[in-house]
Amino acid sequence: MSDVLTMTARSFRLTRRQLDSLFTALALPVLLMLLFVGLFGGAIHTGTGTSYVTYVLPGILLLCAGYGAAITAVSVCQDMAGGIIDRFRSMDVPGPAILAGHIAASIARNIASTILVFGVACLIGFRPHASLPGWLAAAGLLLAFILAMSWLAAAYGLAVRTAEAANGFMFAVAFLPYASSAFVPVATMPGWIQGFARNQPITPVTQSLRGLLLGTPVGSAPWVALAWLGGILAASLVFSGVLFSRRTA
Amino acid sequence: MSDDLAIEATGLEKSFGAVRVLDGVDLAVPPGIVFALLGPNGAGKTTAVRILATLSRPDAGRARVAGHDVERERRKVRRSISLAGQYAAVDGLQTGAENLHMMGRLAGLSPREARQRAGGLLAQFGLADAANRRVGTYSGGMRRRLDLAASLTGRPSVIFLDEPTTGLDLPSRQALWQVIGDLADRGVTVFLTTQYLEEADLLASRIAVIDGGRVVADGSPGDLKKLVAGQRLDLTLADSAAFGAVARLAGGRLVTADPGRLTIGLATEGAAGEIRALLDEFDPDRSAVRSFSVHTTTLDDVFLALTSGTAGRSEVESSRV
Repeated sequence: MSDVLTMTARSFRLTRRQLDSLFTALALPVLLMLLFVGLFGGAIHTGTGTSYVTYVLPGILLLCAGYGAAITAVSVCQDMAGGIIDRFRSMDVPGPAILAGHIAASIARNIASTILVFGVACLIGFRPHASLPGWLAAAGLLLAFILAMSWLAAAYGLAVRTAEAANGFMFAVAFLPYASSAFVPVATMPGWIQGFARNQPITPVTQSLRGLLLGTPVGSAPWVALAWLGGILAASLVFSGVLFSRRTA
Repeated sequence: MSDDLAIEATGLEKSFGAVRVLDGVDLAVPPGIVFALLGPNGAGKTTAVRILATLSRPDAGRARVAGHDVERERRKVRRSISLAGQYAAVDGLQTGAENLHMMGRLAGLSPREARQRAGGLLAQFGLADAANRRVGTYSGGMRRRLDLAASLTGRPSVIFLDEPTTGLDLPSRQALWQVIGDLADRGVTVFLTTQYLEEADLLASRIAVIDGGRVVADGSPGDLKKLVAGQRLDLTLADSAAFGAVARLAGGRLVTADPGRLTIGLATEGAAGEIRALLDEFDPDRSAVRSFSVHTTTLDDVFLALTSGTAGRSEVESSRV
């Protein structure tokens, strides 16, 4: 446990000092939201009767969790490529402790960027109507998403050999929200993609967050979302365990 | 296997795909000395270190480090060793003090002990002034010194140094040599890999020369120097009868022998009188030697002498100490 804390302290310190990455993780989501709401929002009619910022906020939050996770993929990859992983292993630091430090830093970065995005969204017209349980459920679901994305990113960082490739994670993850109900209603998409858009993990997560924050009915969406996230988390944990021992065999 | 040895390996083999990197390596290192594994690039030095430091498993063979089996007692081995290498394993974004404090905590020290140990090591390695600077701003030599300091936080009994001075300028190498020498004086066993004969000679009391995944010579620096003297007298013989006679007479002074080209290299100090005496001794009738040349032994010659085909190798092995 003490190893986990030491590795977490290390990851926090490294994160704080990588100003360019930190700027990307914190400022990019805010800029994206301003872009969507300010430039595209006028042309997009969601048919939900709410302002576009209210519609799009959950999607922006998920997008920024993806960007934040890309930094995790890069830093895990850099650790594995540099000599420091050999030092940690020859000191008998367990693999999970090494990865847990990165995960903890990833979660902290994401919470910071989420709060920032939320604050700016409120300034430009986001009006939630959530009950206290609704708030807690939304926060919990978002945390579960961040956790699953962080471990997925760690597994991806173990799977690729270069930081450039690890950074590609961002594009893969950033694509999924676009083909979901995060930015535009699925019903407005071409027919052949609607099936995919309805049944991919981002859509139930977005719908749950939207419903919970606005106090509208969510149906079974949160359970579908949790099942997806649980599956992604479990698969990522297994993959990162396998990849770690294979990379270090 | 003996418990008296700090490091003992028998028949280590390791292949990566079709490439056989280690082809039956035997090593025996008594405790408290600096031991050098000397070899050219690609000889298998790093692979050997990684197996001994529990980071890689051998395909065959066994090894014990600090009294524990490297495969079955990994954790016990890891608690007794540390590893520093050619890629300084420290964080560029942390300061020197932060890096050492982190390593101390991972080595099981309390926060207070870790801080004290970091301070002590920084002073000892001449890094006290740079303690609170980020490692990214350090010079190459400073990074290696910090890396070495980091490997000492857990007070290991066996330290593996994989090419610790490769790529450094001479003053930085000399500073590092000083530190490595001090380690052995304190009773730590140092297992050093290097491609520099000079470095092995200066630091180590025992040297094993590795090439093509095999140990081709093993002994004290003095033993190896006899094998590869400062100068070499190359004789080209008149015929194979003369070649055989000279080779028999040469005994331990023989450095290279090539029956196909009828050449024999003899160890010499290179003085004119000695050359004349050698020629008289090996060719009293003045008919066996067709021509001769004298040249200074370089590091290339050392490896050539130790690894040039079967004739050279069998000769070297028979002179193993």
